[in-house]
Amino acid sequence: MERSEIEAKLVDLLVDELGLERDDITMEAKFEEDLDVDSLGVVELLMALEDNFDVKIPDEEAEKITTVGEAAEMVSQKLNG
Amino acid sequence: MDRRRVVVTGMGTVNPLAHSVDEFWAALLAGKSGAAPITLFDPSGLTTRFAAEVKGFDPDAYMPRKDSRRLDRSTMLFWAATKQAMDDAGLVFEDGDPAGLRAGVVCGTGIGGIGTTQSQIDVLNNRGPGRISPLAIPMIMSNQAAGAVSIDFHLAGPSTCTVTACAAAANAIGDAAEIIRRGVADVMVAGGMEGAVTEFAMGGFASMKALSTRNDDPEAASRPFDRDRDGFVLGEGAGSLVLESWEHATAREAHIYGEVSGYGMSADAYHITLPRPGGGGAARAMQGALDDAGIAGDEVGYINAHGTSTPANDATETLAIKSVFGRHAQRLPVSSTKSMTGHMLGGAGAVEAVIALKTLVEGVVPPTINYTTPDPECDLDYVPNEPREVPVRRVLSNSFGFGGHNVSLLFSSV
Repeated sequence: MERSEIEAKLVDLLVDELGLERDDITMEAKFEEDLDVDSLGVVELLMALEDNFDVKIPDEEAEKITTVGEAAEMVSQKLNG
Repeated sequence: MDRRRVVVTGMGTVNPLAHSVDEFWAALLAGKSGAAPITLFDPSGLTTRFAAEVKGFDPDAYMPRKDSRRLDRSTMLFWAATKQAMDDAGLVFEDGDPAGLRAGVVCGTGIGGIGTTQSQIDVLNNRGPGRISPLAIPMIMSNQAAGAVSIDFHLAGPSTCTVTACAAAANAIGDAAEIIRRGVADVMVAGGMEGAVTEFAMGGFASMKALSTRNDDPEAASRPFDRDRDGFVLGEGAGSLVLESWEHATAREAHIYGEVSGYGMSADAYHITLPRPGGGGAARAMQGALDDAGIAGDEVGYINAHGTSTPANDATETLAIKSVFGRHAQRLPVSSTKSMTGHMLGGAGAVEAVIALKTLVEGVVPPTINYTTPDPECDLDYVPNEPREVPVRRVLSNSFGFGGHNVSLLFSSV
């Protein structure tokens, strides 16, 4: 899957699943500080990523993600090796 | 020392008839029914396929979707009613506001976030425990509404939750008044909510044979005290009051609707769902409210009955009223507004408190609609089908819950 396709799908998930405003979302945006996504919201996002990209994200990897771009990168590495 | 007086300075409601107090009052006087075929889910598997739903409720009108999606429907209903009540009272607290330390909330509910319970159990059964939402527990817990309101309205004083089935909101208002009387808060948001029009809850009530099955005529199904009543009509909704100490309200020249002057409680100590025959438990709650207010029964000008439209409740409540009020019972208007709103369970007592206070202010008693055929066991003046102008200064509001919880609240003009 192309990186741009992953990013677009990720943004859709943040809007549809977490109810975020599309205009607020950039690849640099930090979940907690910029998007007001708390620890429960991060868990929701990880479940959505696993379901929609058909990947497994272990907790120790999930803990390292702080920005939207990092989430996209992680999904990209899992899908494309 | 005289105890502190507690007054009501703000009111809000979202219910099957309206999304504001003014619209609600107009609908009550017009004798409208909120019952209709169920739209929130496919009810085709149920024996009762209608309810009194809150129509056209849009949580996103009150907060961004990223926040509203984290609250169960029942919590959202109370949140919306509380926003109205706080605006009506003209009270705003900021985060960290010292005044907010002396402001709190008590919210009652019957079965809390049961809609979320049902949807997350579907997830459990279909996808396993690892896919249960991290929001499931906060959305299901019965105290979510109190928590959410304390957070968003910056109420940092006492925050708690009453869970006494259909008496819950009346307990919430009574308990909140007691908290003010004890002197530990000056302002309390008090009320209750229910959002239980779900397949799971409807199925459970249907199995108890508690619901009307008048599917061919939903608007006529809730007919309290009528001979042909066949069960209650499930409703959903919320009511919220702002209570203040007399000193706090008068110091800021707040508009006062009335006073919470009596709070009576008892238990039937008899059966988990059936009322005690003879209505002795209900009678002790009513007498308790009169005693708490220090008044005689003949000073009460109107009773907003529990009046669920079940065969057992309405006959038993009638006996209880007669035993407390004696000859005055024959001259005392008693109506059940559940004929119009349906039974909002944990929200009912708060929405009916709004009605009791409006009755004091307006001098008009709302009717019991669908009253066509008298029942020999129900022989009081139920204000049939038309509202009535009656200047009243003291109103009793009854709320009785499964578990045998009986609560009566007395509201008085100031």
